[in-house]
Amino acid sequence: MLCDVCGKNQATVHLTEIVDDQMTELHLCEVCAKQKSMQMEQQFGLSDLLAGLADFGKHAGEIEPLKLKCPNCNLTYDDFKKIGRLGCSSCYSTFIKYLLPLLKRIHGTTTHTGKVPKGAAVGVAASGSSYGKAREAVSPRNDMLELKAKLQEAVRLENFEEAAKLRDKIKELEKKALGADKGKTSARESGRKKKE
Amino acid sequence: MNLDDLINQVSEWLRGTGADSDIVISSRIRLARNFTGIPFPHWADKEQENKVIEQVKAGISQSANLKNSLFLMLADLDNIDKQLLVERHLMSHEHATRNDTKAICLTSNEVISIMINEEDHLRIQVMKSGFDLDDAWQIINRLDDDLSKNFPFAFSKELGYLTACPTNTGTAMRGSIMLHLPVLVMTRQINRVLDAIAKLNFTTRGLYGEGTQASGNFFQISNQVSLGQKEEEILDKLKGVIRQIIDQEKTARQALLLKHRYMLEDKIWRSYGTLINAHIITSQETVDLLSMLRLGQDLGIIKGLERYLINELFILTQPAHLQKIEKKKLSPQERDIKRAELIRQKLSVKKINRDNSN
Repeated sequence: MLCDVCGKNQATVHLTEIVDDQMTELHLCEVCAKQKSMQMEQQFGLSDLLAGLADFGKHAGEIEPLKLKCPNCNLTYDDFKKIGRLGCSSCYSTFIKYLLPLLKRIHGTTTHTGKVPKGAAVGVAASGSSYGKAREAVSPRNDMLELKAKLQEAVRLENFEEAAKLRDKIKELEKKALGADKGKTSARESGRKKKE
Repeated sequence: MNLDDLINQVSEWLRGTGADSDIVISSRIRLARNFTGIPFPHWADKEQENKVIEQVKAGISQSANLKNSLFLMLADLDNIDKQLLVERHLMSHEHATRNDTKAICLTSNEVISIMINEEDHLRIQVMKSGFDLDDAWQIINRLDDDLSKNFPFAFSKELGYLTACPTNTGTAMRGSIMLHLPVLVMTRQINRVLDAIAKLNFTTRGLYGEGTQASGNFFQISNQVSLGQKEEEILDKLKGVIRQIIDQEKTARQALLLKHRYMLEDKIWRSYGTLINAHIITSQETVDLLSMLRLGQDLGIIKGLERYLINELFILTQPAHLQKIEKKKLSPQERDIKRAELIRQKLSVKKINRDNSN
């Protein structure tokens, strides 16, 4: 059978995960398995892995991330990954979806609470709807990952009461995410408005 | 005022009379600021970089805070001049390797220095003697407010000040303290201390910042995280950490004095002996020996040496300073000889008294 990710090579790595009574299978070729093994260290569930993979391929209209380019200075995301620096202030809104998780890793948060410039400073459009959407996209999954990691730890330490609480929290979040995906946007939007 | 005058003048932070200045050499705050839309220096073309320089120059001339300032194009400076500024902690190594489309602005007392087109369009630095982050913050905050009246700084409500590297986004502030920790090094406690700091998200660097080794028992401690906290909060945390390190060094010094006084005296006086007698000496050896001299002065084992003099020696014995004093380029061997000469000359002026209590 062919690899689930690239669809080109033969799948030689077969992963099976059983959580509660849900079983998920993933078939990868050696190349994709190696690439994803880095991700797997950070993501604790197959479903997350699948979700991660899905993000990259699923939206037909979406530009491949590496080729995404800042309209102001022509820096591509690929450039950024190689150089480690952005091209201009507009890059922040262009690449906001990928910068938020990076900023969270570096600084532990993505919200500025310090001083605000007086006078002539120009607010860059890392604000408004694109930021809001990117935030929503990143935060729930990150929280999920954190909760899932905590769940694993609780189980390992045989802290089953705590584990049960975490499992319930995760189920709730998953329900919410599903609900939003099904097009029930009204509840989510009002939640987002409250945040801002 | 020109660059040559710098040699003859006293830098504020060299005085060594600020608070806790036996252990804390200097306090420094740096803010990174960029213009909206114009590509960051590493990605901009020459025309864009020059545009930044023009804009900055114009804005600076309108700033009350920068009245007595010197605006220098790096292209107009030779290598010794640039190295001189690095040695005085007014410019980074990185900036000194560059030529055109880079500039620097300094105030005459060397408290304020602004690098233009380094990693960001503007890198503003304020440096003060001793442990005085509060004063440094007052100065730089005022300057930043003043400049932002004229400059369209790139800023996002959510992410803060936007910088070339995401590791600097947010407050875009780095506060650092330069510490002298000879006894924590001698008693091999330093690694434990540095590991503890790293866990709290502070970084340690050597005498000249990024990529340099710790030498002469000098360590620069700075914050790593710049997003998510207020500037004052970051500085408070830094102050807390520094306070603890100061206390540890002080405790270690007292303990060593109590238990191994003779070993300490011997080490210190031997250092003095070498410094006042050597005829050839490298900058590395100088820095290590001066560190002992400084410790000796701090502990009262050597009397009659002002801290100011020792700090001055640290600076003047460096390569670019030596060549400025001699007014010509020197080979490394020539420098090692001139260095020894300078040290002997400076140290013989003062009458050194032994500690007579034993």
